[in-house]
Amino acid sequence: MNRFPLWKYVLIGITLVVAFLYTLPNFFGEVPAVQVSPVRTSEKVDSALLGQVESALKAAQVGYSAVELAGNSIKVRLASTDVQIKAKDVLQNSLGERYTVALNLVSASPAWLSSIHALPMYLGLDLRGGVHFLLEVDMKAALEKAAIRYQNDFRTELRGDKIRYGRISRTGNVVTVHFATRDQRDAAANKLGSVFAELAFSPEDQAEGFTLTARLKPEAQTKVQEFALQQNITTLRNRVNELGVAEPVIQQQGASRVVVQLPGVQDTAKAKDILGRTATLEIRMVDEQADPLAVSQGQAPFGDDIVASREGGNIAVKKDVVLTGDSITDASPGFDSQSGQAAVHINLDGKGARVFKDVTRENVGKRMAILLIEKGRAEAITAPVIREEIGGGRVQITGMETAQEASDVALLLRAGALAAPMQIVEERTVGPSMGAENIDKGFHSNIWGFLAVVSFMVIYYRVFGLISSAALAINALLLIALLSMMQATLTLPGMAAIALTLGMAIDANVLINERIREEIRAGLTPQAAIHAGYERAWATILDSNLTTMIAGIALFWLGSGPVRGFAVVLCLGILTSMFSAVTVSRAMVNLTYGRQARLAKVSI
Amino acid sequence: MLEFFPFKKTIPFMSWGKATTAISLLTFLFSVWALWDRGLNLGVDFTGGTVIEVRTDQPADLHVIRTALEKTGLPEISVQNFGTSHDVLIRLPNKGEANAAETSNRVMAALQAVDATIELKRVDFVGPQVGKELYDSGALALLVVAFGIMAYLAIRFEWRFAVAGMLANMHDIVIILGMFAFFQWEFTLTVLAGVLAVLGYSVNESVVVFDRIRENIRKMRGATIPHIIDDAITRTMSRTIITHGSTQLMVLSMFFFGGEALHNFALALTIGIMFGIYSSVLVASPLLLMFGVKREHFIKPVEKKEEAVV
Repeated sequence: MNRFPLWKYVLIGITLVVAFLYTLPNFFGEVPAVQVSPVRTSEKVDSALLGQVESALKAAQVGYSAVELAGNSIKVRLASTDVQIKAKDVLQNSLGERYTVALNLVSASPAWLSSIHALPMYLGLDLRGGVHFLLEVDMKAALEKAAIRYQNDFRTELRGDKIRYGRISRTGNVVTVHFATRDQRDAAANKLGSVFAELAFSPEDQAEGFTLTARLKPEAQTKVQEFALQQNITTLRNRVNELGVAEPVIQQQGASRVVVQLPGVQDTAKAKDILGRTATLEIRMVDEQADPLAVSQGQAPFGDDIVASREGGNIAVKKDVVLTGDSITDASPGFDSQSGQAAVHINLDGKGARVFKDVTRENVGKRMAILLIEKGRAEAITAPVIREEIGGGRVQITGMETAQEASDVALLLRAGALAAPMQIVEERTVGPSMGAENIDKGFHSNIWGFLAVVSFMVIYYRVFGLISSAALAINALLLIALLSMMQATLTLPGMAAIALTLGMAIDANVLINERIREEIRAGLTPQAAIHAGYERAWATILDSNLTTMIAGIALFWLGSGPVRGFAVVLCLGILTSMFSAVTVSRAMVNLTYGRQARLAKVSI
Repeated sequence: MLEFFPFKKTIPFMSWGKATTAISLLTFLFSVWALWDRGLNLGVDFTGGTVIEVRTDQPADLHVIRTALEKTGLPEISVQNFGTSHDVLIRLPNKGEANAAETSNRVMAALQAVDATIELKRVDFVGPQVGKELYDSGALALLVVAFGIMAYLAIRFEWRFAVAGMLANMHDIVIILGMFAFFQWEFTLTVLAGVLAVLGYSVNESVVVFDRIRENIRKMRGATIPHIIDDAITRTMSRTIITHGSTQLMVLSMFFFGGEALHNFALALTIGIMFGIYSSVLVASPLLLMFGVKREHFIKPVEKKEEAVV
């Protein structure tokens, strides 16, 4: 009665082999590496760059153990941290500013393991060191900024239709237009209502005159806020790229927050500075009269600035600013309707549109530069030729070679500046030594606790104790394999959860062993007692695990950050423990005792 | 075979009802008093503020550090040793909301001016809003777990069992919190996670005893309810002690090797495990008796027969 069919053993065997393979990468440790990735996320890394990296390293006689293409970056494995720093300098100098070169650690596990996607668990910031920021976007400011844009747009529209109006005032994100007569007000309400469908207009008759009040409709408000958040995330991503962090995490959390995690970054002051920086966009005219030779040497003609161009070389631009980035309300990549060329479509607000119309009318055939200014350094993103007068605030820039480039430019135009101010509302920094210490602590907690439990079980239940201990070890193996497969982030609370689950998982085996003892005492034969013990313990094991599962799920649902990691491990640990404590230990018992037809005694 | 608890006779737990109820009530009232009088020493996760941990090469001179920090003009700085004489913990409340995130930079700059070798180990800055949210979701999690488990027990057993089990376990939670308040141990997010895990875990204990009570009600036709309960507790005693002992071994390992970060977490679990045994045996069962559990609640022809273990 205590025999499993062959397929059950095979299934358990396969599970264990797979679990072993996926646990394996965690034990190889890490080697220093340098990671090269493009500054512009849309740019692709190819084998040409790979060759470039290899030749640069060879030319500088920097020894490396391997160079590989991983995702959209190149990783160079190196022998030591000294070589790592040297390699970073060499690569940064030879590749220039289009690429970020960051120090990183990569798994030292052999390539065949990586090829079956057996990767080590991802270590959380508390285990590897680094900074975690939670930034809150000031949504009130985002809405106010939108309202300011509408103030300008109203002016343009009303003037365009020659509707007379008085004052356009704004309180918070509510814009009020004042009129002298009711007819003017009604005409304006008609006009504005048809142009701005996203706004809710309410006319009011007051003692001092007639007003029209505009508010963003709720769904439009959500849209403005989503847009602000997305734009801020894009901007943050660009800025983080500059920090040279190997594997940054930048993601939305909730409706108005952004999480930024920078593993390995120690200089939090610099990180805060870069994240909080304000970049601005400017549109200026290119000085066509400037002497090209002088410009290329960096000598600015009178009244001009020399700026680096993204297309290569320098260009001279006039000091007068035509427009700033504040006037750009949106930029999206697309195609020119006539030529089919890649293009970027820019929307300007009312004031910007007016200025732009005047400037383009006067400068047809000349070039206009769009500058991104960060940390007082200006760079021309693009400098297209003006073909004709452009009115209506909808601008199309052509001259990009590919659709990819167009989307890059659109991204930069949108991402150059933050849509709304952001504030750091949470910071967690862990020093590198602290990270290593935490790994040690977590590891020691687990190993000593495990050994203590195992010694007790073996002394108390003998052979069955040994089997229970083996099942417990297999539980740990399954749990780590599962976490590695999911590429879950391991944190210190996560390691505590592993220890706790192991401590609690032995409960199932204690239940089974006690029940077997009891059945033997009640006079059953050893074989029957084993059978009954396993059969009857199952309901209780399920029950007792389910209550812990409820706690784990609630923690996952309501917890944040490290508490979530704790909850994930707790829940997974319960699932693996039910398999290992019941099925796997039963298989071992069956193999040990099941074949003996007349079993006189079991060691329990 | 090695046996710690070779109980041959049923131990009359229920006849000790008055004494155990008195002990429970006293510890419970003491905990409530501690919570009310002293309050929890909430960590930076819940209160908001900045905590900075640094390590110095030489044993740290707290006086020098304090004077250096006072010069920054930041309000209410507390400086203390943390673990060893080389480790210093600096706490600052959230005051003067503007640029609270910059606080840690200013502190580090001031410290490095005094001692260039000082090493930053950890910074936790939590804004006031975030702290409040973490507090709220923590309290909500506690409620959700409590009701979730109660609902589960009610479905699995009967409402009397659910209420008795839940009261016994809430009593554990109040005692853990009371201990933390009395000794002013720091209550952090990780400790809260530990408390919730204990809540789920110690209900196991009640489940096992209840399972056995139900089984006995069906089997022991002639026995009185108190005797049935006594029998159930006695038979599950061995398993209870061994299981909790094993978990406690793991928790002790965390307590000794897990460092400061897991210290209070392990402490919460230890109290939870100790009182978990006590309450599920000696609080939940007398409560069950008090609620008037009867044979008729279980002897129904339609009910599926279920086996219990241990």
